[in-house]
Amino acid sequence: MRRIQVSVNGVAYEHEVEPRLLLVHYLREGLNLTGTMVGCNTSNCGACTVLLDGESVKSCTLFAVQADGHEITTVQGLQTNGDWHPMQTAFHEQHALQCGYCTPGMILASVSYLKENPNPNEEDIREALEGNYCRCTGYENIVKAVQQAAGQTS
Amino acid sequence: MTQAPERYMGNGLPRKEDPNLVTGKANWTDNIKLPGMVHMSMLRSPFARAKVTKLDVSAALERPGVVAAFTGADLAEEWPGGVPCAAVVSEEQKTPFFPPIVTDEVRHVGDVVAVVVASDRYAAQDALEFIEVDYEPLPAIVNMEDALKADSPLVHEDLGTNECFTYTANVGNTDELFDRTDDSGDAGAEIRGPEIQGQGDTDEAFRQASVVVKERYIQQRLLPTAIEPRAAVAYPDPGHGGYVIYSSTQVPHLAKIVLSLATGIPENQIRVVAPDVGGGFGSKLNIYREEILAVVLAKTLGVPVKFVEDRSENYQATIHGRGQIQDIELAADSEGKILGMRVKLLDDMGAYLQLLTPVIAISGGAMFPGVYTFDNFSIEIKGVFTNLTPTDAYRGAGRPEACYAIERAMDSLARELDMDPAEIRRRNFYEPFDEPTANPAGLMYDSFNLQGALDRAIELADYQSLREEQRRRRESNDPVQLGIGFATYTEICGLGPSHALAGLGIGGGGWEVASVRMLVTGKVEVATGTSPHGQGHETSWSQIAADVLGVTPDDVEVLHGDTGIVPFGRDTYGSRSLAVGGIAVYHAANKVVEKGKKIAAHMLEAAEDDIEFEGGKFSVAGSPDQNVGIGDVAGAAYLGNDLPEGMEPTLNETMTFDPPNFTFPFGAHICVTEVDTETGAVKIRDYIAVDDCGPVINPTIVDGQLHGGLAQGIAQALYEGVIYDEEGNLLTASMVNYMIPGAPELPNYTLDRTVTPSPSNPLGVKGVGEAGTIGAPPAVINSVVDALSPMGIRHIDMPASPMRVWKAIQNAQGKPSGDRQEDASLGASAADIKQGGDA
Ligand code: FES
Ligand code: FES
Repeated sequence: MRRIQVSVNGVAYEHEVEPRLLLVHYLREGLNLTGTMVGCNTSNCGACTVLLDGESVKSCTLFAVQADGHEITTVQGLQTNGDWHPMQTAFHEQHALQCGYCTPGMILASVSYLKENPNPNEEDIREALEGNYCRCTGYENIVKAVQQAAGQTS
Repeated sequence: MTQAPERYMGNGLPRKEDPNLVTGKANWTDNIKLPGMVHMSMLRSPFARAKVTKLDVSAALERPGVVAAFTGADLAEEWPGGVPCAAVVSEEQKTPFFPPIVTDEVRHVGDVVAVVVASDRYAAQDALEFIEVDYEPLPAIVNMEDALKADSPLVHEDLGTNECFTYTANVGNTDELFDRTDDSGDAGAEIRGPEIQGQGDTDEAFRQASVVVKERYIQQRLLPTAIEPRAAVAYPDPGHGGYVIYSSTQVPHLAKIVLSLATGIPENQIRVVAPDVGGGFGSKLNIYREEILAVVLAKTLGVPVKFVEDRSENYQATIHGRGQIQDIELAADSEGKILGMRVKLLDDMGAYLQLLTPVIAISGGAMFPGVYTFDNFSIEIKGVFTNLTPTDAYRGAGRPEACYAIERAMDSLARELDMDPAEIRRRNFYEPFDEPTANPAGLMYDSFNLQGALDRAIELADYQSLREEQRRRRESNDPVQLGIGFATYTEICGLGPSHALAGLGIGGGGWEVASVRMLVTGKVEVATGTSPHGQGHETSWSQIAADVLGVTPDDVEVLHGDTGIVPFGRDTYGSRSLAVGGIAVYHAANKVVEKGKKIAAHMLEAAEDDIEFEGGKFSVAGSPDQNVGIGDVAGAAYLGNDLPEGMEPTLNETMTFDPPNFTFPFGAHICVTEVDTETGAVKIRDYIAVDDCGPVINPTIVDGQLHGGLAQGIAQALYEGVIYDEEGNLLTASMVNYMIPGAPELPNYTLDRTVTPSPSNPLGVKGVGEAGTIGAPPAVINSVVDALSPMGIRHIDMPASPMRVWKAIQNAQGKPSGDRQEDASLGASAADIKQGGDA
């Protein structure tokens, strides 16, 4: 067992964890933050995407111990004073989700990408999201949502 | 119909489902934690076919955290019914016993050999390695054509054959038609000599010359790949006795019945809940051995038991889709008018029959004639057992297979007659109709206007300019060639009339239930038997109820997915939800209004016939000031202290709607591809889809369904395919080597609609969930083949990967193209047969 200190959605935690515990399982089982999901366990689908110090990572490819000393944001940490993040609003308004299972990961990957490139074109967005699978929407509306959040459409 | 001042139906309202989903508050099955809950993990077979010669779980029991471990023999008495199959498609159908845990022989990679229960998932998984098991591997039956040979080993020795069933249907006189025109020799099309009818009139004779097109097409196996893997939690119900099962399922109501049949636990002691479900696409239209096991273990151990599959288990143990070898023949006259069709299918069952396995090809069988009218049709379908994962319904379920075959064959016919592919389709279309009209297989199509959809698609595509661009590229030998592919399709939706489902061999039960209740505070509850997993029923059903009752969608709460809350229901699959379940909501809400009228008449001291209802208000005809709102009527109905003589209190109406017929959405798709002849890469430049699903309740949701369906259809055409090796090993066993398309692989779509109401229900709605998956595969492949047709390429199998396309080009040019691993389960590919290429 190893002791880790992490800040998740602005709350500080300290826990003893098994070295092999995956970060996604730490979040889900340890902290009950079930907005982060598992879709593949092989780092392909992106359902487990969270922000680590503001950058998107796949939490099924990290061990909890690797998050020691870092700040993590899950989808539950995106709201400010109860207001949705513009990306959450955009996903809703553009009908960028159906079953919603990919959605938290997709939103976080998009939030992180817009920080990197605030003014992307459609192709950029598609390339940027290549590590996040959605089986329901066919991606067109997801791309539109990211464009909306980037201020490119209303 | 009553009407609110604001009509919500037809409006693309943002979804009511979204707030929980975008903020991480959804309730997935894997979120559930209960006191004392244990986790189960399966020991799965690494062999496609082997005898289990030794099995000992005792060492696993010693591992930390392990609560129990069982073999099939330990638990066999707990599942008298095995895993049930609901379909019987012929009297001779062979249905093997399908045990949740095998006892003697494993029959596919991923078959279950033992189960371990432990305090957490990691501990259960660790302990699996300590189960002692020996296998005696046997030759696996992997290929359907081999499986039917007399000397083939058998998947199920006790059945004495690998043939699950043979189903035949014959309408008109196909044999005579084809015997007359068929030389039953080489595959491929040929133009036959004239049928001499007049004497010495060669013009007349040539006019009647017939063409026969013979093609073999392959429907590769596909992995449905809902992004949420399956999960279940079963626990003894402390309050009531019996068991509660949370499951990531499309079919909580069917699960309740099947779990009872499998375990012998009385149906009234089982409650099934489908919480938020992360996609299904047919793969969760099944009750799996793991769900049965979870219930059995909850019963045996007396504690909550959780099962969550990982992705590789999902690919080995959740059903696969498709898996057909299709031989199709079309006969036509020289004008391109189809005279008849003959179809032979081999349909891969896999190792066992899941809930609907045998019926998938049969329900699609009657759809082979597609949108074309002719008289002679025959079909023979053989279901074949193999040592592979069972197949079952995957988005489209029989219809994409049928549509692909006819739409590819139409292009072959067009090519043989040197006719435009749009024109040959037009010549065989039904004239527009709005009353049920029989298709060659005896289905009653409900309403069509194919010409309207095709005209619109051609206009949107700017078809003539595309053909000109294609000609220019051909003439300049552009390395990137342009392809234009058509698919005009229909699909069978709104499953379905109970009598018709009985005819298909699945008993019936094609109805759907809705209850609409006006609460004392004026709010509305709609309880629906449909079970959405991404389709947005909460939003659409609210729109329907709001319009009928004259309230707003926000006043309506839609309850679903819990057999304790909605006791009867038939769940969500087969694009049935709106055309059956949504209509039940509509009828139940109208019943509320009808009863409300009686109460309002009583309250307003007027005759019932004089009461009008509009915008949520009952008023007396001619004196609109005399009125009472539906909320007040609901209050009076609830209090019940002053109602018309003999009336039951409360406004709570239920409708069980059994439709008179299926619905048949249709449409025209045009796929424009750019094919790089140097690399084999295919780029979809434009995809035009004009779909007609009748009037639309929520256009935003409908477009979303189309996007997703098209994406999965394009995925079948270009990207996805299961690969098994000769030993039955699944080589595409994780997302690392099974390619589902990401955002960069897929295009934007140009969508439009025509609106031809269905006579099957009062709203005229048809259904849309599977349209894209049905239209897209032939549209894409027709486009790719069209691009390459000047090279003499006549067919490329799905998925038309760059490697396959490049190989076809190399072969066409007489150049070597090397070998690559192809799927061993489906025999020599059509392209190899057609083009004489290497295997
Ligand atoms: S679960 Fe982490 S990428 Fe799929
Ligand atoms: S919305 Fe279902 S996987 Fe993306």
